[in-house]
Amino acid sequence: MNKVVALTGNEAAAEAMRQINPDVVAAYPITPQTELMHKFSDFVADAVVKTEMILVESEHSAMSACIGACAAGARVMTATSANGLAFMWEVVYIAASLRLPIVMTVVNRALSGPINIHCDHSDTMGCRDSGWIQLYGENPQEAYDNIIQAIRIAEHPDVRLPVMPTFDGFIISHTLERLEILSDEEVGKFIGAWKPVHPLLDIAHPVTYGPLDLQDYYFEHKKGQAEAMKRAKGVVLAVGKEYGALSGREYGFFEEYKTRDAEQIILCLGSASGTVKSVVDGLREKGRRTGVLKLRMFRPFPAEEILSAIGHAKSIAVLDRAEGFSGLGGPLFPEVRSALYGRSDAKVINYVYGLGGRDLSPEMILSVFDDLEEGRITDREAVHLGVRI
Amino acid sequence: MAREPGYKELPIGGLILEAGNAIRYKTGGWRTYRPQVDKDTCIECLQCWLLCPDCCIYAENEKMEGYDYDHCKGCAICAKICPAKCIRMILETDPRGMADERGRYHSKSKNSSSVIDSKR
Repeated sequence: MNKVVALTGNEAAAEAMRQINPDVVAAYPITPQTELMHKFSDFVADAVVKTEMILVESEHSAMSACIGACAAGARVMTATSANGLAFMWEVVYIAASLRLPIVMTVVNRALSGPINIHCDHSDTMGCRDSGWIQLYGENPQEAYDNIIQAIRIAEHPDVRLPVMPTFDGFIISHTLERLEILSDEEVGKFIGAWKPVHPLLDIAHPVTYGPLDLQDYYFEHKKGQAEAMKRAKGVVLAVGKEYGALSGREYGFFEEYKTRDAEQIILCLGSASGTVKSVVDGLREKGRRTGVLKLRMFRPFPAEEILSAIGHAKSIAVLDRAEGFSGLGGPLFPEVRSALYGRSDAKVINYVYGLGGRDLSPEMILSVFDDLEEGRITDREAVHLGVRI
Repeated sequence: MAREPGYKELPIGGLILEAGNAIRYKTGGWRTYRPQVDKDTCIECLQCWLLCPDCCIYAENEKMEGYDYDHCKGCAICAKICPAKCIRMILETDPRGMADERGRYHSKSKNSSSVIDSKR
């Protein structure tokens, strides 16, 4: 039974963590994630969760403690943002390569420098190749829903990979919105009992975690990770469907909004898609066939499904909230264009927007649709949307 | 030689699910210097056995009975700690001299020509 509440993104994420009731949480505060952990620490202090909360001296230690606890046999969660995630870097990869199903919420924030605490996706895009599954949420509702589903996806025996549910810093993390939450019993039943796999604390069955892995085995272990990432696609869909039956909100790889007959389509991640949808609504009233594909799952990348969903369009704009410094634009763009390459006639162009929390206004989105319709923009170079020249 | 396992056959995450398997990893090839023990001057204090980081000293009936050369890395801790100065380190490339396959010899017999001072 859904209960209607008003929560910020951070509060919604903390509420999901309370209902999941993980065995161990190790975290370090960083804006804009701080409030999430404040709230969860209250739950620990008030003993409404049985979680062992480890307060560490850095994010590197936070992820290291999560890895140790998860290998020991605990259900483990954490959260971070921006430079905190960057500081974790090497251990983020180790969590994935040890195949530990840790769930880490990342509240998206621009990486320094110059120092900035507001939203962009440079933090999670930076670790796109770390072997973590990434789910981007549009609003507090999706922040909550993604975290609960992330537990099931991560722990599935065909997957056994860490999952990073994300949502936009401040824009979502600090904005009060209406959302529906499940009961504690429903969440407990949905995620199921934690079943540790090869726990270090099972002294009757001793195992070694993290031995040296050289030319003769490392490659096979990486192949195993890559295959698990491919299998995650089916699991994400199955979990999203089951969650839909429970909550009324079914999840897939992306949300298709008026794309079926659209000639101009914007593809984007996170909170921006809400604004794009409202612009699409306005344009549809004027008879312009526009749509938006809101990508939820960036890792693994659903290339075939994106092709099926938007390959028919005349032109597509990929909105990146991160700069890739390749000279070709942001990190989302090349993957979308690769997915369509040779199999779609759509012209695909790239816009980098919203860096450091810069607002994305409806007027900007309108200008993108105008560009697409009028064929003004070359597909050889990214446009930096809203930057002063 | 047996085929190495494919990626589907390996435990996930590079885990090793079997305990006590380091014995199968032979590290003797790492050695530059090889320890040898003079059983004529050895006082059977077994400090070498106690301190060897790779458990490569054979101790039988409370007596030092030479080396496991399959695993000894030639670190020379045994030679350094030996209070009787009866352990010497010789270059791997040197002939074994009068020592047996466990590196035991008797100083009354002829020595190898390239003995390294055990105080090093």
